Amino acid sequence: MAAAAAVGSGPGDSPEGPEADAPERRRKAHGMLKLYYGLSEGEAAGHSAGPDPLDPTDLNGAHFDPEVYLDKLRRECPLAQLMDSETDMVRQIRALDSDMQTLVYENYNKFISATDTIRKMKNDFRKMEDEMDRLATNMAVITNFSARISATLQDRHERITKLAGVHALLRKLQFLFELPSRLTKCVELGAYGQAVRYQGRARAVLQQYQHLPSFRAIQDDCQVITARLAQQLRQRFREGCSGAPEQAECVELLLALGEPAEELCEEFLAHARGRLEEELSSLETELGPSPPAPDVLEFTDRGGNGFVGGLCQVAAAYQELFAAQGPTGTQKLAAFARELGGRYFVLVERRLAQEQGGSDNSLLVRALDRFHRRLRAPGALLAAAGLSESATEIVERVARERLSHHLQGLRAAFLSCLTDVRQALAAPRLAGKEGPSLAELLANVASSILSHIKASLASVHLFTAKEVSFSNKPYFRGEFCSQGVREGLIVGFIRSMCQTAQSFCDSPGEKGGATPPALLLLLSRLCLDYETATISYILTLTDEQFLVQDQSPVTPVSTLCAEARETARRLLTHYVKVQGLVISQMLRKSVETRDWLSTLEPRNVRAVMKRVVEDTTAIDVQVGLLYEEGVRKAQSSDSSKRTFSVYSSSRQQGRYAPSYTPSAPMDTNLLSNIQKLFSERIDVFSPVEFNKVSVLTGIIKISLKTLLECVRLRTFGRFGLQQVQVDCHFLQLYLWRFVADEELVHLLLDEVVASAALRCPDPVPMEPSVVEVICERG
Amino acid sequence: MEDDAPVIYGLEFQARALTPQTAETDAIRFLVGTQSLKYDNQIHIIDFDDENNIINKNVLLHQAGEIWHISASPADKGVLATCYNKTSDSRVQACAAVWRMPKELESGSHESPDDPASTAQTLELLCHLDNGAHGNVACVVWEPMGDGKKVISLADSRILLWDLQASSSQAVLASSAALEGRGQLRFTAGRWSPHHNCTQVATASDTTLRGWDTRSMSQIYCIENAHGQLVRDLDFNPNKQYYLASCGDDCKVKFWDTRNVTEPVKTLEEHSHWVWSVRYNHSHDQLVLTGSSDSRVILSNMVSISSEPFGHLVDDDDVSDPEEHHTEKSKEPLQDNVIATYEEHEDSVYAVDWASADPWLFASLSYDGRLVINRVPRALKYHILL
Repeated sequence: MAAAAAVGSGPGDSPEGPEADAPERRRKAHGMLKLYYGLSEGEAAGHSAGPDPLDPTDLNGAHFDPEVYLDKLRRECPLAQLMDSETDMVRQIRALDSDMQTLVYENYNKFISATDTIRKMKNDFRKMEDEMDRLATNMAVITNFSARISATLQDRHERITKLAGVHALLRKLQFLFELPSRLTKCVELGAYGQAVRYQGRARAVLQQYQHLPSFRAIQDDCQVITARLAQQLRQRFREGCSGAPEQAECVELLLALGEPAEELCEEFLAHARGRLEEELSSLETELGPSPPAPDVLEFTDRGGNGFVGGLCQVAAAYQELFAAQGPTGTQKLAAFARELGGRYFVLVERRLAQEQGGSDNSLLVRALDRFHRRLRAPGALLAAAGLSESATEIVERVARERLSHHLQGLRAAFLSCLTDVRQALAAPRLAGKEGPSLAELLANVASSILSHIKASLASVHLFTAKEVSFSNKPYFRGEFCSQGVREGLIVGFIRSMCQTAQSFCDSPGEKGGATPPALLLLLSRLCLDYETATISYILTLTDEQFLVQDQSPVTPVSTLCAEARETARRLLTHYVKVQGLVISQMLRKSVETRDWLSTLEPRNVRAVMKRVVEDTTAIDVQVGLLYEEGVRKAQSSDSSKRTFSVYSSSRQQGRYAPSYTPSAPMDTNLLSNIQKLFSERIDVFSPVEFNKVSVLTGIIKISLKTLLECVRLRTFGRFGLQQVQVDCHFLQLYLWRFVADEELVHLLLDEVVASAALRCPDPVPMEPSVVEVICERG
Repeated sequence: MEDDAPVIYGLEFQARALTPQTAETDAIRFLVGTQSLKYDNQIHIIDFDDENNIINKNVLLHQAGEIWHISASPADKGVLATCYNKTSDSRVQACAAVWRMPKELESGSHESPDDPASTAQTLELLCHLDNGAHGNVACVVWEPMGDGKKVISLADSRILLWDLQASSSQAVLASSAALEGRGQLRFTAGRWSPHHNCTQVATASDTTLRGWDTRSMSQIYCIENAHGQLVRDLDFNPNKQYYLASCGDDCKVKFWDTRNVTEPVKTLEEHSHWVWSVRYNHSHDQLVLTGSSDSRVILSNMVSISSEPFGHLVDDDDVSDPEEHHTEKSKEPLQDNVIATYEEHEDSVYAVDWASADPWLFASLSYDGRLVINRVPRALKYHILL
């Protein structure tokens, strides 16, 4: 077969194909062996069957015909291949021979050793047979002896049994006769338990034999004694001075004496009530208004030990004693526990309410933890009374109140921060001593609020600590974290902060108002900082600390950020309005109160303009402390040297020409209209961006527009116009550097001068060089 | 429903004064007064032909001075009053006078020849109102429903009630009152209420609105700090007697109920600069027009505080079934909103007003002398009417 494989086109090779794997090859070897031994040729052939098992040229096939095969080889193969296959075949035949020899040797050895073993076994079995025979005879002898002994002892055994029975009976009789005296003794000694036990043992017998006079006498005696016993027990029970376990014992004895359980049950509960009420009233006196209330931890401890412990004892004893009472008894106990528990809860709540204002959360949480833990035992004992649930409710309520208390605290902290800032801003600057800068104030406010938030989170976090018994309640795992802490406390606080800040924008004092502009600026920056970083930081912190498992929807960070940004924007816009108004008022007053017709030739820039520039610079510095510079429109570098187009360019000369030509007014309009066509519309009170340049641009726009409108309402003399020229040039010199687009300042100032020229019956503009000289001097 | 394009008319001079010809009920006619210190001032009578969308103008010379305020008599089409500045060497004096225009211009729309300056006709002076004796006159208002015999002028801090006698050729001071308070108080604007038998006038001075009883010339109400800054104008709701609108330098338009002066009923904050003029539509008081120095005119729909808060109520008898369905839909409470912002002006708009003859048409005037006539959008017009 291997030869066939070497031939390559050998038919035996085909079934295995290219993927002849290991097991396949082994089976093939087996097949060959079987073939060799002549075993089930068909089966072997079936396995390795090629497409045609009857092929006589198949070297491994059952119908192999060497002649045909040789013929085929001889016919088909060249000489070299014939030689090769010959050597190959010889080699294979030799290998097969040696394999065969090895197999034969191995099997022969095994056969020899098996024969030895069988011989040894035969010997051993013969010995064992002898011993078994001996054992059987011995056993038979033993059986015989045993039977004989039994027969001899039978008689005595019966007699002994009878005597023992008599003895027992006599003992019982003796006990019965001695019973009354024993009972009396026990009662005298106070061993009530013993007495009850005796009585219990004797009762049934006496009941059964009461028709015999002697027994009857005993029974009567016993009954008298028992009655006395019961009375004494009741006495003890009613005195109630002894503790709960002893009372329970009394009740147990009384029950054993057959007293009515119903009545006992009532009495037992009445006694328990008395005791527990004492506990409650002692707690209540501690609560009392006048003496200083004890530590809340101590209070809950005392309540837990005194009342809850007592209640537990009562409940446990009751259930043990009156288990036979069935569901009505349990209901009675539940009602009892519910009523007293309710009163206890009222007291606890009153105490906890006193704690609400306090700041120490850890103490409160520990107290609540103990309170809750103590109530678990009676809760488990008396599921129907719902004590555990009520306790959880109380804890939840306290937790909620704590949350709102913390929210209030945060709000108050924020407001006090604002008050501090106001004071710092309003404090008169001492000579040589600079107050804290705005940036410092901002940092102070931000860090103080953040630390307050963190403190609140930490202190609220105590409620969810693992070691606290109520932290695995569903409320504390879900709603408390998401709705309570995240939504109620943190989101609520951020919202209220935004609202407080916004309220400064809506304050009725619109004329500058009570709010210092610096505060508006500071708040705006604070809100912006919140938008960019702080909100997401705080919320991440919260989410990490309180692993929120609740699926209820929460406010997303983006919404809060948008709110904060809106607030910041409104505050900044309001700041611009307020500051713009301050400067506007100055400009308006300066235009309105002056007599422009009879003014003298201008020698100086008016003081109010210098004031405007000073104020603008101050605002610039103030805003610069908190906001970034912002983007300016690129301009030629020499803009400060730029002179006024209005009176320097030649085309404008005709505009103020005193000579009357009918077309002049048309030209003026045309010119200004054309100019406006190419300039964009200026939105004066437009919203500002969060940078210094935008803020300053807003303020300057408002101021200059005011100046324009005021100028239009006045009539100017020649010198009045010149004064306006000087003033505007001065503003031009100093204001361009503050704004994003200096073209804007030019436009507005040009328009102011143009309007002043229109409002002048005798418009003779000043020489630009003179204007410059005056401005540089002033 | 394509809306008509606005009609624009340009004056040669700066202008601030605009009024409809109040006594005219058929034609749409506005009067505009110019402001020029160097040339003779003019009053343009602007006729608007609604069907052909054409403007016809007539020019009258007003040689007394530049016109700051103009108002037309409610009874006589030919009579008007102006406040003007008289400039002498070093003094500016604001005066007021009543004028009569030439008869043929009263109602006719004669297109004057090409060159208006040469043939411009002159106003006939009827009488001076105080002629500067009482201070600078800020504005003159006519009694709205009367026979054109009563006029109030506001001069500095005084409010003066005049009786015009002998066909307006003589003005007799009937009564007056003065504003008292700290500082220099000056009236900036005033309106005469059409309600209460025309016995109430409201004025604005600084940030305060005041109501006056013309019979006793005493103050009836006072809205302190109505606006954060100067109040520029005010107007009475023509259909609700206690409602008035005001506007001012704080960019706001506020609506007041004069029975409760502590807080405005509503505040609009649509303009981005001072609001100079506010006007209620004469018949549909939900339409409020405002003009501002941000060069915009805004038409707002203040349905919630109008006399028709649920739209136009139609009698059931008149309505056939499908229409009824339509009316019910429009009876839902409507929202206050801005109807349109008109941006045809390129300079501050100092005056806006409704036409007296057509409730759907209004004019606005900017400082550069541009007069724009606009209409209420048709969709809204039909919504209000149906």
